Amino acid sequence: MAALTLAGGLTLLHAAAGQATQTVVVTMHHSRFQPEVVRVAPGTTVRFLLRNTDPIDHEFILGDDAVQRRHEQGRQREHHGEVPGEVSVAAGGQAATTYTFRQGGPASLQFACHLPGHYAYGMRGVALVSSG
Amino acid sequence: MARRGIVGLLALLVVVLLGAQPALACGGLVGPGGTVQLARTTTLAGYHQGVEHYLTSFTYSGGGAKFGSIVPLPGVPTDVSKGGEWTLQRLIRETQPQLEAAAAPAAFGARSSAEVLLKTRVDALDITILRGGGKAVGDWARERGFGLSVDAPEVLDFYADRSPIFMAASFDARAASARGQRLGDGTPIQLTIPTADAWVPLRILGLGHQPSDAIQADLYLLTDRRPALLPAPAAAGQPGVALERSQPASELLLADLRADKGMSWVPASGMWLSYLRIDTTAGRLFHDLAVDTSGRGSPSPVAAGLVDPTEPLRPVPAPTPPAGGPAPVWPWLAVGLAGATIVAAVALRARARAS
Repeated sequence: MAALTLAGGLTLLHAAAGQATQTVVVTMHHSRFQPEVVRVAPGTTVRFLLRNTDPIDHEFILGDDAVQRRHEQGRQREHHGEVPGEVSVAAGGQAATTYTFRQGGPASLQFACHLPGHYAYGMRGVALVSSG
Repeated sequence: MARRGIVGLLALLVVVLLGAQPALACGGLVGPGGTVQLARTTTLAGYHQGVEHYLTSFTYSGGGAKFGSIVPLPGVPTDVSKGGEWTLQRLIRETQPQLEAAAAPAAFGARSSAEVLLKTRVDALDITILRGGGKAVGDWARERGFGLSVDAPEVLDFYADRSPIFMAASFDARAASARGQRLGDGTPIQLTIPTADAWVPLRILGLGHQPSDAIQADLYLLTDRRPALLPAPAAAGQPGVALERSQPASELLLADLRADKGMSWVPASGMWLSYLRIDTTAGRLFHDLAVDTSGRGSPSPVAAGLVDPTEPLRPVPAPTPPAGGPAPVWPWLAVGLAGATIVAAVALRARARAS
């Protein structure tokens, strides 16, 4: 089983190495993410290119429930990209963050904006992690 | 189009956002210089012989911060000036003698950048007429230190797709204090807007609110003839947008209105008075109100915000069907903009995200 997993991982890693980092463009429009669902294979490194077409600031926070809760309750409002998967996107601007979906990690992660009222408004999406 | 020339519309909307007030206060009417609350805003918009006459009053309840409001307009004003002092009160007294005091917060406000068409100052209010898309107007406001609620991008585009004209009113409470204005004092603003399109913006009332937040307002229409409305209003006493009164306007009322400053355009007789009470939630107020006074009974679904003007065949998603009878099919003919009326919504708030 481990070998299978390892073999699968190697396959994927090999493919990822061949393609280098994959880029996914996510647009922030009317305080929503487009697309709201992103599918990635385990072991893939994804560069999220975020384009904010709104006249208000947004942010992109990728992580599990604990990460989302922490940001929803926290007061940090500026993310300069030091943490993979977390970046602020100024009104009308664009930004990028790179994140590696590790093998054996969660089957899904959420990405969301936690500026006041944005999450409750529905500014959230999901990254489905599967090799299928 | 020609038929519009013979109709007149006078609309008054008294915004009553009692339930929404706390949300707005939390949402950004608090700035680093103090607290300002727009306690009540009353607006009157009229349309007569192709010209919109728009009168609104901003009343503040104190504080030292700066706040603003953006109101969607159906056209470019040719004049912005201080309005009459008692027209709004007279209309309220005529149609709703027992009206309770209401609280109303602010409203605010498209090309790559907004074009400033007109700037003027009336008492402590800085008035700017803007042309631009929703994003451009939002950018303009943000760059001047105001914040927009999370739903503002969608709502501003909703209006800009039909009319890219907005009025931004920025209230300087310190200037008000320096002028000796007291708490509760209102500043009436009158706009003269040649336009062929008329609609009363209702959706903007919900700006910055949760879908379950109560939205209450009173809307008065004074037209040359009995108007056709879309969505068709509910019966008196029903929730939603209900037609409480529909009757000929008294000549005494018209005479009183005509006697106020800037109100000489009001006809001496022959107008129809309608009173609509809005009692709903922000989530249900997904539309505006189209008014047709041509006698054809055909207010525009586009003007009502029920059809996306950029995709005419695609209806705007509707949480609930309009109350009342079936909606007639109407051409784009709107009169009046009472909408501004609505002062409440946008709430460009002082950008205090860190708070």
